[in-house]
Amino acid sequence: MTYAEAVREAMAIAMTNDERVFLMGEDVGVYGGAFGVSNDLYQRFGTDRVRDSTISELGIVGMGVGAALTGMKPIIEIQFSDFLCQAMDQVVNQAAKLHFMVGGQANVPLVIRAPGGSGTGAAAQHSQSLEAWFAHVPGLKVVMPSNATDAGSLLLAALEDPNPVLVLEHKLLYKQSFEVPDEFPAARLGEGRIERAGTDLTIVATSVEVQRSVEAAEQLAADGISVEVIDPRTIKPLDVPLILESVSRTGRVLLVQEAPKFAGFMAEVAATIAESEVFGDLQAPIRRLCGLDTPIPYSPKLERASVPQVEDIVREATALVREW
Amino acid sequence: MDAMDAYRTMWRIRLFEEAVEDLYGRGMMHGTMHLSIGQEAVPTGACAALKEGDQITSTHRGHGHCIAKGADLGRSMAELLARDNGYCRGRGGSMHIADVATGNLGANGIVAGGPPIAAGAALSNQLRGTDQVCLCFHGDGAVGEGAWHEALTLASMWSLPVVFICENNKYGMSMSSEKAFKVEHMSAKAAGFGIPGETVDGNDVEAVHEAVVRAVQRARAGDGPTFIEALTYRWRGHSKSDKNLYRTREEIAQWRADDPIAAYADVLLERGEFTHEQLNAVQDEVRTEIREAVRFGTQGEEPTVEAMMQGIYAPSPVDARELGARA
Repeated sequence: MTYAEAVREAMAIAMTNDERVFLMGEDVGVYGGAFGVSNDLYQRFGTDRVRDSTISELGIVGMGVGAALTGMKPIIEIQFSDFLCQAMDQVVNQAAKLHFMVGGQANVPLVIRAPGGSGTGAAAQHSQSLEAWFAHVPGLKVVMPSNATDAGSLLLAALEDPNPVLVLEHKLLYKQSFEVPDEFPAARLGEGRIERAGTDLTIVATSVEVQRSVEAAEQLAADGISVEVIDPRTIKPLDVPLILESVSRTGRVLLVQEAPKFAGFMAEVAATIAESEVFGDLQAPIRRLCGLDTPIPYSPKLERASVPQVEDIVREATALVREW
Repeated sequence: MDAMDAYRTMWRIRLFEEAVEDLYGRGMMHGTMHLSIGQEAVPTGACAALKEGDQITSTHRGHGHCIAKGADLGRSMAELLARDNGYCRGRGGSMHIADVATGNLGANGIVAGGPPIAAGAALSNQLRGTDQVCLCFHGDGAVGEGAWHEALTLASMWSLPVVFICENNKYGMSMSSEKAFKVEHMSAKAAGFGIPGETVDGNDVEAVHEAVVRAVQRARAGDGPTFIEALTYRWRGHSKSDKNLYRTREEIAQWRADDPIAAYADVLLERGEFTHEQLNAVQDEVRTEIREAVRFGTQGEEPTVEAMMQGIYAPSPVDARELGARA
């Protein structure tokens, strides 16, 4: 099953089981979604529940807030996560804060799905990884599924959550096929996973960098370096105990994300490790391998060079283990 | 609309705002506040057109909307006094008062924050198959925001049961709406969305009421949104920082002479429906209510940091199940 199919299947399950769930977004109907995620959902559930909106990101996220406040469970699809910039007021000032601002009188069970990431030649306004912005806002939960099973499980968990959840999918993963069990396993937001066990080094990676890290780990294993790869799956709330336990065993940690390094999400992970009781277990400095501090460029050569690739992870991991 | 109820509601708003101003002046209230003195007829006439279950969204100048929708004066005052017994447990303050159970989806500190939310509530009403209507209060300033245009675009496309009511009090902070919008009446903008638009005297509570009744009927019948412009005026400054440099004393005096409450009293007396004594008694009763509200507020507990930190996220049923299993 592809990642996009898993997202679609999870939406279909949710809409079948819960009449409060509906999907609203730009071109999610007959067009099938900008990346084909919703595909035939409008035929299966009708155009009331799979609603084509005008090109109005702020409007539809705000309508999601209003519908969520009044008994519905909207899923808002944003075609590219970059377009969340158009909707920031409703995400940050409204959805995130309403439950708090009204003293807990109301919940905002809103799910916003948006693909991030580079690799498609879409350049600077269609390729960003903006997760750190949203993780920084109290009141939001932020999910980054790295495979098809998680894309389904985490979306279902997000729909069960009474809070606004931003599901940042990755556009490079949409067409990839994965082994998926018959049923999406139950997931809990805030629960990470050891993607691959190892003893010499912990890699914490998000989204598309998880599979790049696993691939790097396979190559490193041939060189006698045993790498543990952790996928937090949810970056807010973050499974801190899982990360700290791993680092305390391996003594070395490499943090890998596609977003630029400066003030990125992995800075938070690094600081959390440095402040923790496992600091004394570290045998090497905490290292980050992130995107370059640049807008994503158009040229395929430049684009590839702007974000961590498998060979970059192999190089950094080797250095961390060999030099320390 | 019950005339006496409307008269009483306008006084509730007026005296609530005056009490807030007084408490602020005496240093008993902090933050900032946006008073709606002079604008009482709009929320009063508009909310009287709603029935139980209907919703409103409000603005930063929202005390009047909340009161007209039936908010408890004590819990509202307690919120402004930053107490735990306030509507928002001291977390929201003046710009975030809400009473969600009764359909008051909340004031909003962001200009045009409310219109998309109101359209969403209306979509929810439509999808759930209820006959609820959402009334969206906003100011003239909101018409300059993209969010307003997106909300009206989507609401008109889907014929949603929502009424947008623009309280045109002549200024978006200091920007004159006459300068800002090159239409004689803001309601002309409705034509751009293919929906009815109407301008009413916002200081005439019955005129406001009649216009909103028509709009609510239209919405409830499934005929979609209406845009109403209610012309009114705020007597006080935008907020506490306002030095009134953008308008004249004469202009303020002229509008104060068009006091919506005094005007309505005259109407009621002229019609012979009520006596001076009856109207004066309303004022006295409301004065007592406001005193009680202030007492309720000042007697409230201070909120705690512990409760605040537990109030950022709603508890997830998944977490609750796990905690239950562990216990």
